[in-house]
Amino acid sequence: MKKILKLFIISAIFHVLTLNVFAGSDGTLEIKNKSNNHNAEVKDCFETINRGIFAFNQGLDKIFFKPVAKGYRFLPKPLRSGTSNALNNLSNVVTIPNNILQGQFKEAGINTLRFSINSTLGIAGIFDVASYYGLNKLDKEDYGQTLGTWGVKEGCYFVLPVLGPTTVRDSLGSLANFSGGDAWYNVTIANDTKYFKNSDYYYSRLTAGVDFRAKNLEAFDSLEKNSMDLYASVRSLYLQDRKRKILNSSETTETMSDDDWEEIDTQ
Amino acid sequence: MIKLKLFYFFLFLTLIISPSKAKEPSELITEIVNEASKILSSKDPVESKIIKLNNIAETSVDIDGISMYVLGKYRKNLNEDEKIKYKKLFKSYFLKSFSSRLVDYSDPKINVISEKKINDKYTIVNTILEETSKNPEIKIDWRIYTKNPERPIIRDLMVEGLSLARTQKEEFKSIIQNNNGDINFLFKSLEEFIIK
Repeated sequence: MKKILKLFIISAIFHVLTLNVFAGSDGTLEIKNKSNNHNAEVKDCFETINRGIFAFNQGLDKIFFKPVAKGYRFLPKPLRSGTSNALNNLSNVVTIPNNILQGQFKEAGINTLRFSINSTLGIAGIFDVASYYGLNKLDKEDYGQTLGTWGVKEGCYFVLPVLGPTTVRDSLGSLANFSGGDAWYNVTIANDTKYFKNSDYYYSRLTAGVDFRAKNLEAFDSLEKNSMDLYASVRSLYLQDRKRKILNSSETTETMSDDDWEEIDTQ
Repeated sequence: MIKLKLFYFFLFLTLIISPSKAKEPSELITEIVNEASKILSSKDPVESKIIKLNNIAETSVDIDGISMYVLGKYRKNLNEDEKIKYKKLFKSYFLKSFSSRLVDYSDPKINVISEKKINDKYTIVNTILEETSKNPEIKIDWRIYTKNPERPIIRDLMVEGLSLARTQKEEFKSIIQNNNGDINFLFKSLEEFIIK
């Protein structure tokens, strides 16, 4: 029981960090699939329950994440940048194996170099020295994205307490982190290496969550203020974001469908 | 004398029917951004800023087109009266939402980076909202409808690759679906948003 609870807490923190939005879903989404150009439907399983959990998550955000993130904003900028850099550097231990699993060998090489340089010359990743040498930061990758690139469908869309929005595929991907797929988890929690404590892992994850929330305070406020159905908006943003990440596309045009607009002629 | 009159008449005709210079999409965005920045950094009262920002939106955004897009398949079920009512409601909703999102920025610095023509109808203009002490750098792409090259208009904004129009479409769909497909609930929600 204790172990299950522990896994749940870790998974919760992990999700808070990896998700760009905090919760939500609704009816049925139609999102274009680039590879076969068919409409892929993402089903919102248990919508009523999901909406309840979403409301709970929002409450939690109001009483915990948002106030802490606001306080974090008062820290001097170099301190926040250093924290953000160190956490980004740490995320390479998940990104690199996923680069390899997705066949991105060049990116894996760059990320390995970045990780090596920043962990040493950059003092545990606090300074992004690698960028100075022309090795610019690349997109993060995770096991959910890898499953997506392998053609695994999203499955049901649902909302988890604390963790926020997810799909069956993304949840399976998250579990891979706790089964040996995350070297940081392995050296802090899974194995007793004597160099790190369990709490190091929890603190790093929690800090990353707060850092992310602090960077998006205004964006979330604006979304909340301007949504008539926040649950549906957050769900849409989550699914769009995951799709874009799986396509590894920085180009908007690759993730957009012109067909949607085809019938509308106003000129 | 008559010949001279005719000459001037044809000269005038030639001038008015000659093709005017097509506006480049990135030029449109630069103009809008500069104008919005001027308004937001001015010392005008908030109400005055909102009116001016709305004027920009009305001339440079395809509000009618977006209103139809975000309605998805439900647009086909609207009768003429409903269509008129919906377009009016959507316009008020859009302008309120648009100005309320922007008015919080005191002096946004947006730089046009590049543009990519997708086809004759669409061009994507890539811009960057500069980093501030509060916010990280944000990538904003503008989807410009260029069917009439002389009057390009904005149809969508993609913030970090996430489409606002698509998000809106799915929000509207959710409201309608959760109320047994009754579009009147969407009208009611729009009305409530407008008066709140």
